[in-house]
Amino acid sequence: MLGPYATEEAVAAYNHEHGTDRPAVVQYVDWLRGIVRGDLGNSLAPPEPPVWDVIEPALVNSMKLAVFAFLIVVPFGILGGVFAGLRVGRPTDRGITVVGLSLAVVPEFVTGLVLILVFSIWLGWLPVTAQWEPGAGALTQVRHLALPAMALAIVLFGYIARITRAGVVEALDADYTRTAYLKGLPRNTVISRHVLRNALMPTIAVIATQVGYLVGGLVAIEYLFNYQGLGLMVLQAAQQKDFTLLTAGVLVVGVVYLVVTLIADIAFALLNPRIRFQAAE
Amino acid sequence: MTSVAAVSERSEARVARRERLRLLLRSPSFLIGAGVLLFWLTCALLGSRITPYDPIFDQTSDLSQRPSTEHWFGTDRLGRDVFSRVLAGSRDILLIAPAATLLATIFGTTLGLITGYFRGIADDTISRVIDAVLAIPLIVLAVTVVTSVGSRSAWAVTVVIAIVFSPIIARTVRAAVLGEAQLDYVEAARLRGERSHYVMFAEVLPNVMPPILVEATIRLGYAIFAVATLTFIGFGLQPPSPDWAVQISDNWQFLAEQWWTVLFPAIAIASLVVAVNLVSDSVQQVLER
Repeated sequence: MLGPYATEEAVAAYNHEHGTDRPAVVQYVDWLRGIVRGDLGNSLAPPEPPVWDVIEPALVNSMKLAVFAFLIVVPFGILGGVFAGLRVGRPTDRGITVVGLSLAVVPEFVTGLVLILVFSIWLGWLPVTAQWEPGAGALTQVRHLALPAMALAIVLFGYIARITRAGVVEALDADYTRTAYLKGLPRNTVISRHVLRNALMPTIAVIATQVGYLVGGLVAIEYLFNYQGLGLMVLQAAQQKDFTLLTAGVLVVGVVYLVVTLIADIAFALLNPRIRFQAAE
Repeated sequence: MTSVAAVSERSEARVARRERLRLLLRSPSFLIGAGVLLFWLTCALLGSRITPYDPIFDQTSDLSQRPSTEHWFGTDRLGRDVFSRVLAGSRDILLIAPAATLLATIFGTTLGLITGYFRGIADDTISRVIDAVLAIPLIVLAVTVVTSVGSRSAWAVTVVIAIVFSPIIARTVRAAVLGEAQLDYVEAARLRGERSHYVMFAEVLPNVMPPILVEATIRLGYAIFAVATLTFIGFGLQPPSPDWAVQISDNWQFLAEQWWTVLFPAIAIASLVVAVNLVSDSVQQVLER
C-alpha cells in the first residue's frame, strides 16, 4: 500500500492504524463481528470507501451480464438437448453432444477472444469493450453486453443441452411414456405432455448449479471485456492486495451462490409434485 | 480350490480389461482426442529441437509480420516466430496440469476414503469444510489462494490448482466409498481384524478405482482450463515462458493490429482441452458401461 520505499515506522503506523499488527485470530473475530452487524469494513485502497459501496455497483453489473447470458443460453440449451434426445444415437445427436461438450471445456477467454476478433474487429458489428458510456440507454447496454454474454452462453450451452438430453432419453424410456403411446395418444402429445415435462426437471437443478460456475467465468470475461463487475473487482482487489475488499468480494460470491441454490431448490419443489407432497406429509 | 477360482477370476478380469481396451480403440472420438494429445505431447518433449526458430530468444528483425511462407503464423512484437512459439507452448501446461491433477487425486482420494470409511465427526467436519470451499467458484478461489501464497512460480500454480481440486475429488470418492463400505467383503476384512488403513487402501481403494480414474481424467481437462485462465488474468505462468496463455495475455491488447499472435495460441489451447475432453469422455463411457 505504501510502496516499496516506505520507512519501517510508516509501515508500523499503517499496520497499527488498520489493526493488521494484531494476531490473526483477533482480526478474524473482529471481522466476523463486523459481518454480523452488516459491516464489511473499508477498502484498503485510498480513499478507503466502505467496501459495500464498491461491491454494490459491481454486483449489479455482474447480474446484468449473467441474466443476459442465461436468457440466451437457456432456450438454446434446452432446445438443443431436446432435439438431440429425440434423435438419440443418430448423427444429429452425436453432433450436438460432441460440439456442446467441446465448447464447454474451452476456456471462456479463448471463446471471448475469437468472438471479439470475428464480430468486432473483422465484421465491425459490435463494440470491443463491455463498458458503456455513463447514462447510456438500454439498447446501447445490450449491444455492449452481447459479446461477453455470448461467450458465457457458449460455455454453458453444452452442460444444459447434455442434461436436457439425458432427461429426454430417460423419459422416452419410461413406462409412463409407453403407456401413453399404447393409450393411442399422438406422438406430439406424448412428447409435450409426458416426455418434456419430466425431462426438464433435472435441467432446472443443473441450471442452478451452473450459476456458481458462472460467477467464476465472469472473472476472465469481465477482465477481457473490461467490464466493472464482481469478477473484475475481485481480480483487482487481489492485484492491489486489498484484502478487505477481496474477502468481502469472495464472501458475497459465496452468498450469491447459496441464495441461487436455495431459490432453485424451492423452484424445483414447487414444480415437482413428488417433492411437494413428500414435504407435506 | 481357492487357487483355481482365483486364476479363473483373474483371467476373467484380464478378458474384461482387453474388451474395454478394444472398445476404446474403436471409438472415433477417443482416437481423434488421443491423436491430438499425442501430437502436443511430442511437441512438448522435443521442444525447441523441432521448431523452425528459437521460441524464446530468436528475435529476428521482422517485427509484427503477418503470416507468410517464411513465418507461417507471423511474428510477434519482439520478432519471435509465432509458429515456433505455438509448437513450444504446450510444454509448461502439459507439465503443470497433469502434476496438479495427480496431486489433487492423491490428496482428494485420501480425504474421500477417510470421510467415507470412518463417517462420524471426522466426516461431518471435513465434509462441511468441503461444502464451504465448493461454494466459491474455482477461479475466484485460485486467485485468492495465489494472492495469499504470494508466489506465482510454476510450482505455486501446481499446488494451488491441486488444493482447489482436491475437495471436488474427495466428494466423488466419498460417495463411491459409502456404497462400498456396506458390502460384505469390508465387513469380512474388519472381522478378520485388519487395521482400518489396510481395509481402506488395500480392500476398498481397488474397488473404487474406476470412478477415481474417470474423475481424474475429467479434472485433467479442467486443470488445463484453470491454468490457462489463471495465466491469462495474470495469476499463473509468467513471461518469457512460451506458454499459449502467456502469449495471449501478452498480445491480446493488440488484437486489432496483429490478430495472428493471439488467434493461433487460442486455437492451440482449444485443441488441447477438446482433445483431453474427448479422451476422458470415451474412457468414461467404456468404464461405466
